Amino acid sequence: MAPIIEVRNLTKQFGKGKERVTAVDAVSFAIEPGETVCLVGESGCGKSTTGRMVAGLLEATSGEVLFEGRNIKQLSSDAFRRYRQTVQIIHQDPYSSLNPTQTIRDILTAPLLRHHKAKNRAAAEARALEILEVVDLTPARDVIAKYPHQLSGGQRQRVAVARALTVDPKFIVADEAVSMVDVSIRVSILTMLARLKKEFDVTFLFITHDLALAKYFAWEGRITVMYLGRIVEDGPTQRLITDPRHPYTQALLSAVPEADPELAQHKRQIELRGAEIPSLLALPPGCTFHPRCPYFVPGQCDVAAPPLEAIPEGGRVACPVRRQEHVSLLV
Amino acid sequence: MGVIQSVWHWLATTLKLMTYNKAGFIGFLATTAILIVCLIGPFFIPLDTQTKLDQIYQPPSAEHWFGTDHQGRDIFSQIVHGGKDVIYVAAIAAFLSTFIAVTFGTLAAFAGGKIDGGIMGVTDIILTIPQFPLLAVLAAFITFDNITYLGLFLGALSWPALLRAVRSQALSLKERDFVEAARALDLGTGHIVFRELVPNMMTYIVISFTLALTAAVYTQVGLVLLGLVPVSSSNWGVMISLAWTQGAIFFRDAMWRIMMPILAIALFQLSVITMTRSLELAFNPRLRTMV
Amino acid sequence: MAKSKLDWQTGDANDRQAPLSLENVHVAYNTRRGKVRAIRGVTIDLHAGESLALIGESGSGKSTLGLAIVRLLPDTAETSPGVITYRRDGREVNVLQLKPGELRAFRWSECAMVFQAALNAFNPVLKVWAQALDTAKAHGWHDKEAVRRRLVELLEFVQLDPKRVIDAYPHELSGGMRQRVLIALALLLNPQILILDEPTTALDIITQRTIIKLLRELKEEQHFTMIFISHDLAIAAELADRVATMYAGRVVELGTSDDIFYRPRHPYTLGLIRAVPTVTGGFEQLFSIPGSPPDLVDLPKGCKFHPRCAFASDRCKQEEPELEEVSPGHTAACWHWHEVEAELQRNPLHRGALNLTDVIAVDVEVA
Ligand SMILES: Nc1ncnc2c1ncn2[C@@H]1O[C@H](COP(=O)(O)OP(=O)(O)OP(=O)(O)O)[C@@H](O)[C@H]1O
Ligand SMILES: Nc1ncnc2c1ncn2[C@@H]1O[C@H](COP(=O)(O)OP(=O)(O)O)[C@@H](O)[C@H]1O
Ligand code: SF4
Ligand code: SF4
Ligand SMILES: [Mg+2]
Ligand SMILES: [Mg+2]
Repeated sequence: MAPIIEVRNLTKQFGKGKERVTAVDAVSFAIEPGETVCLVGESGCGKSTTGRMVAGLLEATSGEVLFEGRNIKQLSSDAFRRYRQTVQIIHQDPYSSLNPTQTIRDILTAPLLRHHKAKNRAAAEARALEILEVVDLTPARDVIAKYPHQLSGGQRQRVAVARALTVDPKFIVADEAVSMVDVSIRVSILTMLARLKKEFDVTFLFITHDLALAKYFAWEGRITVMYLGRIVEDGPTQRLITDPRHPYTQALLSAVPEADPELAQHKRQIELRGAEIPSLLALPPGCTFHPRCPYFVPGQCDVAAPPLEAIPEGGRVACPVRRQEHVSLLV
Repeated sequence: MGVIQSVWHWLATTLKLMTYNKAGFIGFLATTAILIVCLIGPFFIPLDTQTKLDQIYQPPSAEHWFGTDHQGRDIFSQIVHGGKDVIYVAAIAAFLSTFIAVTFGTLAAFAGGKIDGGIMGVTDIILTIPQFPLLAVLAAFITFDNITYLGLFLGALSWPALLRAVRSQALSLKERDFVEAARALDLGTGHIVFRELVPNMMTYIVISFTLALTAAVYTQVGLVLLGLVPVSSSNWGVMISLAWTQGAIFFRDAMWRIMMPILAIALFQLSVITMTRSLELAFNPRLRTMV
Repeated sequence: MAKSKLDWQTGDANDRQAPLSLENVHVAYNTRRGKVRAIRGVTIDLHAGESLALIGESGSGKSTLGLAIVRLLPDTAETSPGVITYRRDGREVNVLQLKPGELRAFRWSECAMVFQAALNAFNPVLKVWAQALDTAKAHGWHDKEAVRRRLVELLEFVQLDPKRVIDAYPHELSGGMRQRVLIALALLLNPQILILDEPTTALDIITQRTIIKLLRELKEEQHFTMIFISHDLAIAAELADRVATMYAGRVVELGTSDDIFYRPRHPYTLGLIRAVPTVTGGFEQLFSIPGSPPDLVDLPKGCKFHPRCAFASDRCKQEEPELEEVSPGHTAACWHWHEVEAELQRNPLHRGALNLTDVIAVDVEVA
């Protein structure tokens, strides 16, 4: 079977002239149906931009997005419509992702009616109630009459998921979908998303800056690490978390604060040579991580951008110097 | 049943919210009072057309609340009768200009590209034409014997500033995630403009409408005053204009004749402008569900 | 770096009196909806040289408590009953009764606070140097050269290049740099206590780590007395000696970091810990806490956690439990803490490290 989503050399530039920045730089990956892929990286590294291009909400500067093996730019209008509905997005901010002037009823019935998923208003409302139950918003009858601001952040995020479910998507880009939700309810939303994976065969591209979350959500899936618009490493979650190869991945993993005093004590501290992330306006040549990398090899790393090459343990690493080396995260 | 109830509920909530700002609510009450007097008043208070030479230029009294004019006619009855046309013309102008501004402003913002360029081009051209002189010149060619035309005409020329404002509002709303979600759900441009963008600009639109209304009153009165539009029926503008041409400002006694229509206009404008404070509250969706 | 020059925290931390004691502190905000009861009877001693973490969900009252200590609550807030006692060199004052003049001195030279949302804490049109000088002048310190020396020393301590930062406007600095400048400014007048509200929230992971390292240094080398406010348990695990869990305006559990993370006795603390994943820990089953925090205007009767608590009984719906000692130095406010203990014996919290032996060698056995 063809991957449900594949991107090839996807590139996005913003701005004109001197202000021009490359937010996403020749990113390639493929996602099979049923897989869960996490895109991680620090803020501004191009995760959301990639996600929005995958969902067809932002036009790529170059490169292509393939939906079920076909370039979305070459789809017939019918096929494009199917793509549009099959691929949905869930945003980070539960306070700006729902229209404050509409009730939950309005929000959910509009797509149902527009795409003839329901014959009339009554049927649409019945279906909306069902979907609210799916996302664990109960009692659904109370919720449906409310306005977004009458719900908590977690509940709003569930409404956002429900809204995406109205069009029976098979692929959901979840962009920091739980980052702004309180810790105590985060897990229940993740559990609900995980259930959608199983029950409705939804494939997830889960974008997050939180590696612990990525590890939990994509334990059976894959993680892709981005740095300044490029993929620096990807691979099966369990390999990437336990045996990271790219120096940036290692730095990231070692920097994550741990919610466990003993782990916090025993975490290896990787010292970087520089603390600041370079600006996209003045990217260093070669490997963009080289000004900070503890393993920097002058004359090699700062000359040519290292290619993303496969490793036998699974996944790809963009660092010829350290591709083969193991580093323990605990000491 | 259900409909009546929900309309009733809507009205009740709106009223309640409007009371949250005292000045605004007073403005609302005053506006309502003026509207009632101008629209219903004429049925109860006959227009005094009889010349009474023994009663010319009287100051306000129990009999003549606003005094009398140069022919001894009651000014109050003229004020009551003279408001309807002014308000009618202003309302038509305001409706038309708000409608054009909102529709095309949001469309320009949302569609972008050539459509945006086209709409903004036309807007800029109209914006650079000096409106009052244009109206004056046009008035020389067209006779506005039908006041509806006058309203449409004023409306057709006064939308550009509002359109620009609406467009920039819509541009910032467009970046909000719920609009992107609507795009992902393929809900269509019509839905996005009228269900997602416009309701979020409602407060803004309502306030712009009231401002357009007051602006149209002034333009209209100005045109009449300069005698550029020969509107036949009596209205506040015509009253000022007549008083003016008959040299009312030179007679101390004639003060009431010229002051009363000016006061009527000023009071109406003031009421409408203060009312906007309450409108701001009434159209805020967040407050709406809190009461 | 010449740390010996910094005359910060001296003497043996342990034999000093508690520099700060809160006794039955209450805070309520008056709003149109009614009284928001943000803090309801908090009693806690801050030990000299310790770092205490306040954890809890959004709205549990953590920031409010911090603001109450430095008296920066808005006018709509009421703070009675309650006593906040501050001690230094054998003197004692009730912070809640300080006069405006005394307050200003107290806020910077005794107890400084670094605010949540670092950008808003700056005056956007003043350079870093000007902000520092203003602060110093407001406290009667007019020796420009001395202020500059101190600022340079502090900026070096927070690992910033003084030359680059001192003449910069706040917006020219990255989030992590701003946070470090704020910490440096807070230390300018050599306070005894430092309160940090969400010191790492909204920073990138690697930047978070540099701030954590910096705060650790303050703690381990300077023995600073600090209060960390965070909804992120990891900050507590990384930095705190003692942890206080807050729920609906109360401290519901207080103990050493190990007590709280491995032997919690309050169902809410347990719930929080079970909701948070780790990266290097073994793969664990996570659980969320059902429901959402109560409305502080209209609080439920009895234990405020009962609508969300798996251990709740009828008693919990009627009577609110007070903090009671569950082991030496460890208190919890729960009628059924024994059951929590039993539950933890069945399902301990030690998650262990990921088992990677086939891939890499884990040098130290964790847990
Ligand atoms: N100025 C204010 N006026 C009215 N209510 C307020 C005010 N400031 C805070 N509150 C309320 O007091 C309660 C506690 O707020 P506080 O900011 O202390 O919480 P927090 O634990 O710091 O939360 P977070 O993790 O979101 O920072 C909340 O219910 C909040 O809405
Ligand atoms: N619409 C836009 N216009 C200009 N620059 C943008 C736009 N969207 C994103 N960027 C820039 O692209 C880079 C990547 O952004 P983003 O994809 O949002 O990162 P992430 O989601 O990883 O935090 C950032 O430098 C950001 O400022
Ligand atoms: S290529 Fe060189 S600079 Fe880049 S990560 Fe590898 S070792 Fe570091
Ligand atoms: S007192 Fe009762 S409701 Fe409160 S935490 Fe303990 S068991 Fe739960
Ligand atoms: Mg993002
Ligand atoms: Mg706070």
